[in-house]
Amino acid sequence: MPKPRVLTGNHFQIGNWACTEGALAAGCDFAAGYPITPASEVANFLAARLPEVGGVFIQSEDEISACCSAIGASWAGRRAMTVTSGPGISLMQESIGFAAATETPLVIVDVQRFGPSTGVPSVGLTADMVQVARGSHGDYQIIALAPNTPQAMFDIMIRAFDLAETYRTPVFVMADGFAGHMRERVSIPEAAALKVRGRKIAAPAATVLERTDFLDENVAPMPVFGLGLRAHVTSSCHDAHGMRNLSDPEVMHSYVTVPIKKILSHRDDIVRVEETRTDDAELIIISYGTVARCGIAALELARAENLPVGQLRLETCWPLPDREIEAAARKAAHLLVLENNMGQMLPYIRACVNGAAVVHFMGPEHLGQIQEPDAIVRVIREILS
Amino acid sequence: MPITNLTFAGIGGQGSILAGTILGNAAVTFGGKYATQTQAYSSELRGGYAATWIIFSDAPIVYPRVIAPDILVAQAQDSIQRFARTLRKKGTLFMDSDIVTELPDMDAAKYGVPATSIARNRFSAPVVANIIMLGALTKIAPVAERNCVEQAIAAAVPKGKTALNMEAFAAGFEEVRAL
Repeated sequence: MPKPRVLTGNHFQIGNWACTEGALAAGCDFAAGYPITPASEVANFLAARLPEVGGVFIQSEDEISACCSAIGASWAGRRAMTVTSGPGISLMQESIGFAAATETPLVIVDVQRFGPSTGVPSVGLTADMVQVARGSHGDYQIIALAPNTPQAMFDIMIRAFDLAETYRTPVFVMADGFAGHMRERVSIPEAAALKVRGRKIAAPAATVLERTDFLDENVAPMPVFGLGLRAHVTSSCHDAHGMRNLSDPEVMHSYVTVPIKKILSHRDDIVRVEETRTDDAELIIISYGTVARCGIAALELARAENLPVGQLRLETCWPLPDREIEAAARKAAHLLVLENNMGQMLPYIRACVNGAAVVHFMGPEHLGQIQEPDAIVRVIREILS
Repeated sequence: MPITNLTFAGIGGQGSILAGTILGNAAVTFGGKYATQTQAYSSELRGGYAATWIIFSDAPIVYPRVIAPDILVAQAQDSIQRFARTLRKKGTLFMDSDIVTELPDMDAAKYGVPATSIARNRFSAPVVANIIMLGALTKIAPVAERNCVEQAIAAAVPKGKTALNMEAFAAGFEEVRAL
């Protein structure tokens, strides 16, 4: 009997399993990857599950080819992904730039680990937050989403494929070793309740020069290979038809700006935050990923002491939820940024605040270990006293 | 059920982390509750330390780590050395009394079951010692109902080994003693 694509029901599973099942539920039918702790389980599960539902998994010889394979599969019309950890992202950066330049729908899961370099494979550190946004050369814009629970790893994969296909862009899922290896209740809904928008596909009749395959702020229909179309796809500077053009300043300008504007002009559909008790808060915690759970635990302790604390969790990290951060700064006198790193998102958050509130930062006592709620409350007491 | 924090610790190969996963699955999949499990182990395949931390609750769990467990299950002397001091005051300690021979002064309720010798002598299967510990825990300080734990064991063990594991679980349930 064929295995179902969507495993509806309650499961007690690790985040990396939930990530895999989220991908399948989102219609993923191609994945390539190279094993790396703490992301290997995703590749293992995908290798087992994709063939059961008519999909393909390739264990490639390295991360570079994994990312390239996924890009190729996407151009062949597949919902494609790759999965790795920070060292793999470093290797993929060149092809990530290619995907951004060619407006390729692609989901890249980064189960972040302790670094730099080989660091500590099994310990989570959300230390790739900037490298996924700015790691490849040139100017471009990606989307990055940060899950905080195994359940969120399922849910965010649905969203990641939805956004990748809708906006023809690489989307990063910024998990970490904690969420990836933590085991919790994962509730998978009925397949009919899951909605993933598909990409716009170019009509087969017209020629390359009659079609607009690229550089449309409202997302150009994609010429999918294998459907009878001829298309020209190049990562070099190209015009709206995809034709290489290295001489016209207007084309160069559009080649960079239009794919960026394509994402920024749809930021209201892309940016999602979770606000908890911010309305009367004098201090708002800003956080993302697993650490946001420490923030809520601290918030509950603080509220029990009548300390007016709220939290803004960034589910979307890129594009940065600038308006939401600014609004939080207008509500509260103090913002406390919690990250499991030395402050990677901090300068970007501070720029959005623009002096409207005092911005504080707190990392864990030991990097790689998350903040203890009691320790956060001690800092909050000090700030509010 | 209030929130219960549990540490299940042993030496790599004893199945401590699997036992924790079985408990979490019993609570979540078969009991309709919530549980959060984290774990740590050294890189040796056998012989290094292994431990898992599980939070059980009726409601979704916010902070995912266990700082001071209510219950410590120790399958090895090493587990006592590492984790006895983390057990909260008036907490509950379960130990494999064949293996744990030295206890520090602890303000805790203590229970023992000779899991290793029962596994070896009665079942000729040393691997079921962790399931015997689950039986002991479920008798004295259940974090999930007995039938839920039994269903989770059946879901976790190889086909054909269900009866053996059910007997091991029952043996732990019967043989646990206050120390």
